[in-house]
Amino acid sequence: MGAPHAVGEAASCLFPPLRSGRWVARAVSRYILSRLLLILPTLLAVAVLIFLLLRVVPGDIVELRLVLGGSYVTPEVIAAERARLGLDAPLWEQFLTWMLGIFRLDLGRSMWSGEPVAREIGLRLQLSLQLALMATLFATAAAIPLGVLAAVFRGRWVDHLVQVISVAGLAVPSFWLGILMILFLLSVFQYLPPLTFTPLWVDPKANLAQLIWPALAVGYRYSAVATRMTRSALLEVLGEDYVRTAWAKGLAGMVILRKHALRNALMPVVTVIGLEFAFLIGGLVVTEQVFNLNGIGKLIVDAIGQRDYTLIQGLLLLVASGYILVNFLVDLIYAWIDPRISYR
Amino acid sequence: MASGPSADAVPTVMAVPAIRPRPGLAVRFLRRHPVGTAAAAFIAAMVLAATFAPTVAPYDPLTTDYGGMFRPPGRDHWFGSDAFGRDVFSRILYGARTALLVGFGASVVGATAGAVIGMASAHFGGIVDLVTQRLVDVLLSFPLIVVAMAIVAVIGVGTDKLVLAIALSFLPRAARVVRSSALAVRETVYLEAARAMGCSHARIIFRHMAPNVMAPYLVMLTSFLGQAILLEASLSFLGLGVSEPTPAWGLMLRGAAVDFLQRAPWMAVFPGLAISAAVLAFNVFGDALRDALDPKLRV
Amino acid sequence: MRMQRTGGRPGHRAGLAVMVGILVIGLLSYPVTAQTPRQGGILTYIVTAAPPSFDAHRETTFAMIHPIRPHYNLLVKFDTRNYPKVIPDLAESWTSSRDGMTWTFKIRQGVKFHDGSILTSRDIKASFDRIVFPPEGVISVRQAVYQGVRAIEAPDPQTVVFRLKWAVPSFLEKLASPFNWIYKADILARDQRWYERNVMGTGPFKFVEYVRGSRWVGRRNEDYFERGKPYLDGYQALFITSRSAMIAALKGGQALIEFRGVSPAERDDLVRTLGDRIAVQEAPWLCNLIVTFNTKKKPFDDARVRRALTLAVDRWGGSNALSQIAFVKPVGGMMRPGSEMATPESELVKLAGYGRNIQQARTEARALLREAGVPENFSFTLKNRDVAMPYEPIGIFLVDQWRQIGLHVSHVQQETATYLADLRALNYDAAVDFACDFIDDPDIQLAKFVSADISPLNYGGYIDRQLDLMYFQQSRSADRATRLRVVRQFEKRVLHDQAYVMYVLWWQRIIPYWRKLQGYKTTTNHYVEPDLSEYWLSE
Repeated sequence: MGAPHAVGEAASCLFPPLRSGRWVARAVSRYILSRLLLILPTLLAVAVLIFLLLRVVPGDIVELRLVLGGSYVTPEVIAAERARLGLDAPLWEQFLTWMLGIFRLDLGRSMWSGEPVAREIGLRLQLSLQLALMATLFATAAAIPLGVLAAVFRGRWVDHLVQVISVAGLAVPSFWLGILMILFLLSVFQYLPPLTFTPLWVDPKANLAQLIWPALAVGYRYSAVATRMTRSALLEVLGEDYVRTAWAKGLAGMVILRKHALRNALMPVVTVIGLEFAFLIGGLVVTEQVFNLNGIGKLIVDAIGQRDYTLIQGLLLLVASGYILVNFLVDLIYAWIDPRISYR
Repeated sequence: MASGPSADAVPTVMAVPAIRPRPGLAVRFLRRHPVGTAAAAFIAAMVLAATFAPTVAPYDPLTTDYGGMFRPPGRDHWFGSDAFGRDVFSRILYGARTALLVGFGASVVGATAGAVIGMASAHFGGIVDLVTQRLVDVLLSFPLIVVAMAIVAVIGVGTDKLVLAIALSFLPRAARVVRSSALAVRETVYLEAARAMGCSHARIIFRHMAPNVMAPYLVMLTSFLGQAILLEASLSFLGLGVSEPTPAWGLMLRGAAVDFLQRAPWMAVFPGLAISAAVLAFNVFGDALRDALDPKLRV
Repeated sequence: MRMQRTGGRPGHRAGLAVMVGILVIGLLSYPVTAQTPRQGGILTYIVTAAPPSFDAHRETTFAMIHPIRPHYNLLVKFDTRNYPKVIPDLAESWTSSRDGMTWTFKIRQGVKFHDGSILTSRDIKASFDRIVFPPEGVISVRQAVYQGVRAIEAPDPQTVVFRLKWAVPSFLEKLASPFNWIYKADILARDQRWYERNVMGTGPFKFVEYVRGSRWVGRRNEDYFERGKPYLDGYQALFITSRSAMIAALKGGQALIEFRGVSPAERDDLVRTLGDRIAVQEAPWLCNLIVTFNTKKKPFDDARVRRALTLAVDRWGGSNALSQIAFVKPVGGMMRPGSEMATPESELVKLAGYGRNIQQARTEARALLREAGVPENFSFTLKNRDVAMPYEPIGIFLVDQWRQIGLHVSHVQQETATYLADLRALNYDAAVDFACDFIDDPDIQLAKFVSADISPLNYGGYIDRQLDLMYFQQSRSADRATRLRVVRQFEKRVLHDQAYVMYVLWWQRIIPYWRKLQGYKTTTNHYVEPDLSEYWLSE
């Protein structure tokens, strides 16, 4: 298992293991092909799992929408609404309808709002993508220099300081950090970030004023993961023979670091960043709650709360495919770059 | 805190020799990892405080006082009082029970069940391995919190259910990690010998494989502890964890703590500190343990 | 926006100041009507949930009333300054036949839809036909409210006639439902579901834009039929779901009001921060909190046990304590206290659990439990919604009350969907339940308590034909006194004799708003507001 990373937003345990082997182009393409072939059944399994899981979860959207609050409603009306939403059809039929829709690139309509699922998701994706990007930028900008510093000055006070910062970053819940930020802004500057979302191109200032805080809160934890990864990967590389050789050849420290060590050490770091990014899009459930952000995470919570089957199905499928795709890309990059990987 | 290289890296797939208890292991740990020892001491203190909460806590954590709401920290209430006039300090002490119970329970159950599945998957190989790993792939493709939310939605709320939900969301991760270690020992001579001697599957898995995956298992277990506490806090914060009036740190951050952030900041600050301190202690201890157990790092 | 740090015991002093402040503000904010309304300005308010669809005939939530209602008119509406008086909206005047079986409405001349077309009785008939006799595939949630209607006719462009099957009590009030928006007949003829996703009404404001998850915007309808109205140039409804963000927005003046209500602590917080810039109005709320028992499960199948549980709860004491922290207050029976049909306190105290002597009631409760064979320290679970206000404080309160007759109750807060599913499946012991409505009428408020095979809202699982009969009798009683008598019998049977459910407390609406918002008057519920045509901004 990887770092003690926090809730929902990590996957370092999935690293393709490094093994020594011979570089054979045919093997690589066969490997890629086999990985590609595995994607479809995995996605199908994801779809079946989501579908079945939802049907096991107790609760009913019709009950929530028509009965809650004691509206004076008759059983006939309830039955009619269920029929309208297609909830009275047998399970296999509902699943088939959903699947056929997906093959036509149609995720159906939200049972709650009646809007196309793709549109509901699209509206929130913008915010979530931007937030994930900002957090990634922040995390990368902080993690790589800090990680390098810590590795180069291993065991010295710089290293210890970096380690303290990053170990704390893994322990502090992002949503609590968010709460503290709001408290700080409110009591010191009497300032509250904007409450509603403005797209970046409409008003960059308002947009950034809203998203910078959650990006920082999430980015801190994220950068802690990446800092530790940078440090340990670099240390590992610095111990390799070719780096020792470079030292022996009398190359300058910076050159070795840049040309040899860092380049090789970056791969696992890029992987961590990539996979974390994929998880950030759907995994910021709690942080979005704290900052009143209308993103994918909140949509997942709302959709589950409303038992909006079509919307949850679409959302979870999207989150899972995003992750599987990033994972595949990471594998691809590995195969391309690192000649030492063997492909069974 | 001096964690070695690959502090985050994954169990790079090495055959990790079994831990053989040696005399003075604890002493060596203390000498080599003073910070880790401090973390262990903090954890022990937390366990004690949680166990003896009824004698340590100045107030009953459930007693409401509608006349004493939002009292700031002071002599009467060290950490202030909340929206129901309940003592925040006492609720944090009792909240440690929930955190530790869920943390240990979920980690042990999740890591162990995952380890068994991982070892079985490695041992049987072939189609069993393929199917198990694809299932693990599927489960790993969701953020941890989403998996936990889905499980809570199915099985319901409450401390026991929470343990199960978090354990289940750890399971695929544990299976993946342990499988890769188990795969490596699978090919070793002595396991081949065991197979040749016709040992039963269960015997091979539990007597021969298990000791060899103990190190990654323990490292994983400690890293789960911190995560479980964070996950519990997040789920409770979302209202998917334990119910009021049960004291739980995440629950204490919910609702009134945020609504009255400016008026009664102590309601939000102290429970968050408690979560952070607990997770920090488990993480630091886990790092030290990783150092101590991973022979590759014992340079 | 500073924290109070006055030393000593800031809680008390500040609390007192707040109380006085509220009193003063309450007095000051009352008769401001003498001023002449000022034209202009944009009103920004908060809506704490998102509208599911835009079609009021099929929805039940305030989340669609609050942002969208200003685009529409009703046939007749409640006068918010004089609730529950019904006043003209699109109908200019009306008459009813002597037997109460025929209602004739005269429609205003020259009312225009936002697309410029003229409204006639045909539009009104089409809208009410859709509510009362929904065509295949159309959901009309409140269809059952109008089951006494036989036919709706439009003999000429300015006349609409409702013919009834029997003299329906409070028929006019039922027509004034804030959900009965008048749609355009031509559009309905083309597509009955068009209104789910589109807006086209005659109301005081025209639709500008809806940014999902963010805001709903309307601008003044220059052709509105009431001269000089609306006063506002436009409005903006902000969708803010987090309570802390909502309070922050009110504090910062980013919004002037939220029409549902806040908790007492939130009110105090706002008053403390904004001082005299904010006014507060309070009113009893047509929403209640009740506890339903699973009558299919032992020992709750025994009326003595249920009676014991209701006896043990000190409503009067609870009202005092809980009204400080939650928006609940009035103690009442099945009809809202203060409403025309409510049981007066002198009668109420005779029902189980309403007596003033709680010690005596608890002794009686313990005796009943013993009699029913319920052991000391018996434990059960109380299911509740996972919503902070006002459900959580009520749950915590009940657990404590029942502890005092030796019962161990564990409080389980569930996500609303799961909670409803468990109630429906009778998978619970006791559960906190609630109901909210727009009108005090037994037809609507008592419907929940008829037998489970008739009412989808009955979660108790009991079948009681005597109750069904009483419900039927009251709904056919044109005579108010007869109706009242039957309603009282119904109430006594449900709350006392059988104790199928227990009413804990009724809600109390607390609406803080910026004083520059004028013309606002709180009513008993959050559905008949906001009628933005009456509001104006003083600055």
